[in-house]
Amino acid sequence: MVRYLKYLAPLAVFLVMVWFLGRGLYLNPQEVPSPLVDKPAPVFSVEDLHHPGQQFNSEQMKGQVWILNVWASWCRACRDEHPLFVELGRQNFVPIVGLNYKDQRGDALQWLRALGDPYVASAYDVDGKVGMDFGVYGVPETYVIDRDGIIRYKHIGPVTAHSLETKVVSLVKELQK
Amino acid sequence: MKRALACLMLLSTMMISPLVQAKEAALMAADPVLEKRVMALAYELRCLVCQNQSLGDSHSDFAIDLRSEMREQMSQGKSDEQVIEFMVQRYGDFIRFRPPVKSTTLLLWFGPLLLLMIGALVLFFSLKARKRTVKTTPLNDEERKRAEALLDDK
Repeated sequence: MVRYLKYLAPLAVFLVMVWFLGRGLYLNPQEVPSPLVDKPAPVFSVEDLHHPGQQFNSEQMKGQVWILNVWASWCRACRDEHPLFVELGRQNFVPIVGLNYKDQRGDALQWLRALGDPYVASAYDVDGKVGMDFGVYGVPETYVIDRDGIIRYKHIGPVTAHSLETKVVSLVKELQK
Repeated sequence: MKRALACLMLLSTMMISPLVQAKEAALMAADPVLEKRVMALAYELRCLVCQNQSLGDSHSDFAIDLRSEMREQMSQGKSDEQVIEFMVQRYGDFIRFRPPVKSTTLLLWFGPLLLLMIGALVLFFSLKARKRTVKTTPLNDEERKRAEALLDDK
């Protein structure tokens, strides 16, 4: 046994390295764990996208589980995920708030008219300050926020039908119980 | 063809980038001392959009936004530590090029030392084992003569 150890040890070291390097191939370097998960969501009050002059205050969502979807009309990937949110909005079991991030109001409104508006409210984060408080660094991003206003999940990048169902919808249903 | 394309790309970036940076340049000129502090700190922080660049190097919108936020906070009298705290709260320790030493980063900080120690132990024990297996036997008289004969030949 000891004789074989000499040959097996380098093989074992090699396999461990292969495992680490191989795992690295399947990690997304853009996905940085957010320090905000399981912390209270930043409270914000900005102008409503649809109603200039009126404010959207995130306090008004307290007491219910809700989804915050950060998007912009200039963001290509937002267009890819949007039909999924339109469909989710149609099912009408969880309010989705849109955070329109560093966009032009005209462009954003036209985008919603063309592609559908699943949002119960749209906050107009024209200078990206709200986005900064949420640690947004790549739109689209999606947050699940619970009744107490705690961020329970953050998804970076466009959701897919699969990730929306397994990560977002299932968590929302769990939290709504 | 390739060169023409490269020239075209270079030309277009030369034309566009001053426009993008013009807004920031105006802010920068205001206070050179403050600007120096902003940039010194910006080089310590990672641009999350373009991960191998610092916030100081990058021309991405993300970096420009964060630099102007840093500028604003510093001009309000916030210390470097407070600005870093602001960034870490939002973007996590990953934004720092020099992560703090804590339980989750122990392996990152001391992993190389650990590997070095394992290597040293392996070296120590294998040398010790070698010493036991390799026996040095002195030459007997006959062998010595043969060796001398061979050497004298030269």
